[in-house]
Amino acid sequence: MPRTTTSRTRPRSAPTAPAADDAPSAAQELAFYRQMVFIRRFEERAARAYTEARIGGYCHLNLGEEATVTGLMSALRAEDYVFTNYREHGYALARGIAPERIMAELYGRSDGVSKGWGGSMHLFDLEARFMGGYGIVGGQLPLATGAALAIDYRGGDEAVVCLMGDGTTNIGAFHESLNLAAIWKLPIVYVIVNNGLGMGTTVEEASAEPELHRRAAAYRMASARVDGNDPIAVREAAATALASARAGAPFLLEAVSGRLKGHSVVDPARYRSREEVEAARAADPIAGYAARLLESARLSEQQIADAERDADRAVAAAVAFAEASPHPDPETLFDYTYATPVPNDSRRRPGEALFLAMPAASTAASVNGATA
Amino acid sequence: MIDILMPRLSDTMTEGAIAAWHKQPGDAVSPGELLVEIETDKALMEQEAYEAGTLVEILVQVGENVPIGTPIARLDDGRATSAPAPEPAADRRAASPLVRRIARERGLDLADIPGSGPGGRIVRADLDTPPPGPVSPAGSPSPTGSPSPTGSPSPSKGTPSTAIPFDAIRRTIAARLTGSATTVPSFTATASANVEELFALRVRVNEAAVDDEPRISVNDLLVRAVALALRAHPGVNASYSAEGGGATVRHDGIHLGIAIASPAGLVVPVVRDADRLAVRAIATSTRELGRRAAERALAPDELADGTFTISNLGMYGVEHFTAIINPPQGAILAVGAARPELALVDGIPVERRRLRYTLTSDHRIIDGALAAEFLATLTGLLEHPFRIVA
Amino acid sequence: MTVTSYRQALHDALREELLRDEDVLLMGEEIGRFEGSYKITAGLLAEFGAKRVRDTPIAEEGFTGAAVGAAMLGLRPVVEIMTINFSLLALDQIVNHAAKIYGMFGGQARVPLVIRTPGGGGQQLGATHSQNVELYYAFVPGLKVVAPATPADAKALMLAAIRDDDPVLVLENLALYNTSGEVPDDLEPAEIGRAAVTRTGSDVTIVAYSRMAVVALEVAERLAAEGIDAEVVDLRSLRPLDRDTIIASVRKTNCAVVLEDDWLTYGIGAEIAATIGDGAFDWLDAPVRRVAMAEVPMPYAKSLELAALPSADDAAAAIRETVDAVARRR
Repeated sequence: MPRTTTSRTRPRSAPTAPAADDAPSAAQELAFYRQMVFIRRFEERAARAYTEARIGGYCHLNLGEEATVTGLMSALRAEDYVFTNYREHGYALARGIAPERIMAELYGRSDGVSKGWGGSMHLFDLEARFMGGYGIVGGQLPLATGAALAIDYRGGDEAVVCLMGDGTTNIGAFHESLNLAAIWKLPIVYVIVNNGLGMGTTVEEASAEPELHRRAAAYRMASARVDGNDPIAVREAAATALASARAGAPFLLEAVSGRLKGHSVVDPARYRSREEVEAARAADPIAGYAARLLESARLSEQQIADAERDADRAVAAAVAFAEASPHPDPETLFDYTYATPVPNDSRRRPGEALFLAMPAASTAASVNGATA
Repeated sequence: MIDILMPRLSDTMTEGAIAAWHKQPGDAVSPGELLVEIETDKALMEQEAYEAGTLVEILVQVGENVPIGTPIARLDDGRATSAPAPEPAADRRAASPLVRRIARERGLDLADIPGSGPGGRIVRADLDTPPPGPVSPAGSPSPTGSPSPTGSPSPSKGTPSTAIPFDAIRRTIAARLTGSATTVPSFTATASANVEELFALRVRVNEAAVDDEPRISVNDLLVRAVALALRAHPGVNASYSAEGGGATVRHDGIHLGIAIASPAGLVVPVVRDADRLAVRAIATSTRELGRRAAERALAPDELADGTFTISNLGMYGVEHFTAIINPPQGAILAVGAARPELALVDGIPVERRRLRYTLTSDHRIIDGALAAEFLATLTGLLEHPFRIVA
Repeated sequence: MTVTSYRQALHDALREELLRDEDVLLMGEEIGRFEGSYKITAGLLAEFGAKRVRDTPIAEEGFTGAAVGAAMLGLRPVVEIMTINFSLLALDQIVNHAAKIYGMFGGQARVPLVIRTPGGGGQQLGATHSQNVELYYAFVPGLKVVAPATPADAKALMLAAIRDDDPVLVLENLALYNTSGEVPDDLEPAEIGRAAVTRTGSDVTIVAYSRMAVVALEVAERLAAEGIDAEVVDLRSLRPLDRDTIIASVRKTNCAVVLEDDWLTYGIGAEIAATIGDGAFDWLDAPVRRVAMAEVPMPYAKSLELAALPSADDAAAAIRETVDAVARRR
């Protein structure tokens, strides 16, 4: 079988992300800003499409997490692998996957990144080495650990970045995975995006060690905490973590970030006080980053306007593409049960008979054969 | 609403046929009232109502045969049924899906086919034994009496055959005697007796009888003689048992079955403790049993527990014959007619009446010598009949 | 043709595949230095080294999931889960991930993973170590589940499982490890998804898999002496299920008995019985009987354990009753 998942073709670079090697130039800072704005606009448009019933199911947005997304993804090499949870549209965008194909996936259309099989929680693109959004909390951690094992097995120098929310650090798979990575010295960076809330439960309520990065100590694993609202700080911390991982020392990075809206598009987040909402707004990473750049004259009002206009255009194009993309053909329902075809695979639509009823005329021969 | 079920009216009854309904839908029924007559494998039985109410529906019609426990009628006792069962289709017999399909294809009516599966379910094997074929027009002769194979043309071209469907008694006879003839290793032994003195004794006994007493037949004397011979040879008054690797089960009681040709077919009512009954009591008993057999009125306990059977075809002039053992009994005596023969007495030929009888024995428990000893004792009793009545 | 034990046949399959394909690696608890709880992997650490025969911590969810992730990148991990009871700790990774990844991402990622794990009771292992929960996996589209009963099938199905690009659970059986049988020297991988008629007969169809497929043959031989000619269908694959082979047999014999080591209610036999109802309704001369484990948590005491496990005698009695229900003994 061809090693489809280990193709050495390089993904095209993320269009707006800078390389991670040096301190950011002004151009790179602008690119960061433009990417953050684009993610913001994309997510807002997705929320609207959800209210228009163009998007179904669950839909979790990266609103408030844009700096972490941008900083982290900018630190990766093209050949590195990314595993995320279900709040992953921004990471897919920042990884360079065409926004049209992501929006089409949210729409459940055949041109979506997962051909309409995954939806919002299950974006996947092998070329971008974006190895999946996963809907089960903690489910992606053992998988990402295994991907790192495969890299190590083959002696490659790629690394794996595995994202998770703060709530995930309480699940068994978190501990089992960190332990495996540590004893096997795997090239992986686990990233906790700590936005303070697992759905409506606070980190303090849920975690006996609320400084989540310190949990790495149980596995003698290097770790750090970084301001997730500062894309540059995130990028630098991620670069350090990735270098450690590539050297055989897996890393736990905690990005303290924010969530501007509810857990998902259907959550009004009434469990938050007005003060907490206002604090989150005040910490809006895009506004804060713009203010800092404006203050030091590294960003102009015109550039801000251009960024917003371009983002709106790109998002509108993505929506138009998604709207035009055909719905998957029901005839393809059984195309992806098994990769290796197998006899007696059940390919029955609901209500279909397992065996055809006996046609009255054709029974005589078989009857005699059966009863003679 | 009460379902009246096909009752179990004998120890071997698995199904029964409705002989007559004495109540019709709409009739009031009280407890103890005669409701229905049922033909079992042994007899025609009267069944009384257990509950009061109104007969609502007859589910099994006269002539139909159903397993015991099958609802045969419904009685409205004035109480509403909480969850009324769906009306069972009158012709819905338990049959496997395979049987139903084959019946559809062959155009068979399952109502005509006895089921041998659990609960009387008709299974494929039941279709392999030919069910009744098409019945010829009433009154046409029945030259062979043999049933024609299902669905195939009559084997005798141009000569119509008539199949007479088995009733319950006939089916029981067929099944039990087939079992006996195919599974019991049997042998026969024939003996004969000079019965001049027996006939003379009979005449004297009957002349001495007061008015109301029944007259004694040769058969009554024979029954008592057989009972006494069985008492002398308990190994013949016995049954084979397969338990624990096989056993001879000797019976304490001597209960003689008397084979009788009744209107319903062969029945074998039992004279209980025949060795302890006087000849006249045997005569009274056999007369009564014969009358009840003719009326199809034998009760189940009158047909049960036989330990030995006597089959007498002497009245038809049969000289001698062999009978098939009536399981689980160990032996049966087939009795022919007393016929005059020439015998030499002191060198002078004289006419003497001689009776021939043949014992069929289950060789698993009765050896030839035992059979011979039993016959010798019987012959001695018949030739010295005062011992029979003494 | 060589006579080999079930255990050795599995070992040989693993070793041959390790030699054949560099991407094959073994993972699991105690498979290396300890050489396997049931010694299937004996000697393989010494021959292939710790990279390819990888001992794992006691962390079924973690190492099973890691094997799934490694498979997504093209390795072909063979995971040993010590007994099927412990697979429940990895249920999320097997059911929510291994089984879903190919379809959920529109066919972009394959999971060429094998999970080897023994079921079986009868060793006085008590309630938590005597279960037969293969049904949980056979229920899930996206997984393939095979259940070999003989050494030859153990090897041929293991070879097939390792070369398959989908996650395959290979159900082994504690009671079968020491059984022996002929294994062809040049054995080819079996075709997953096919049942086998392991004994032809005309009176009744016995459907079974794993240990009970062996019991089925023993019982069939015993009943042959009583004049019952039984046909035995060894399922071999629980998913996909080879319905056609079952139906062809029942249409011939007109009755069926299912032998299974799992619990009766909702068990594998229920699916077989429903299949027969669908495909052979008009050929049935008796209801389908199922012989399964008593529906209790398995007790420790030998007397109770024996009472709970389906035995050859239980099977023979059910088969006799079924045959008696349709015909006098031939």
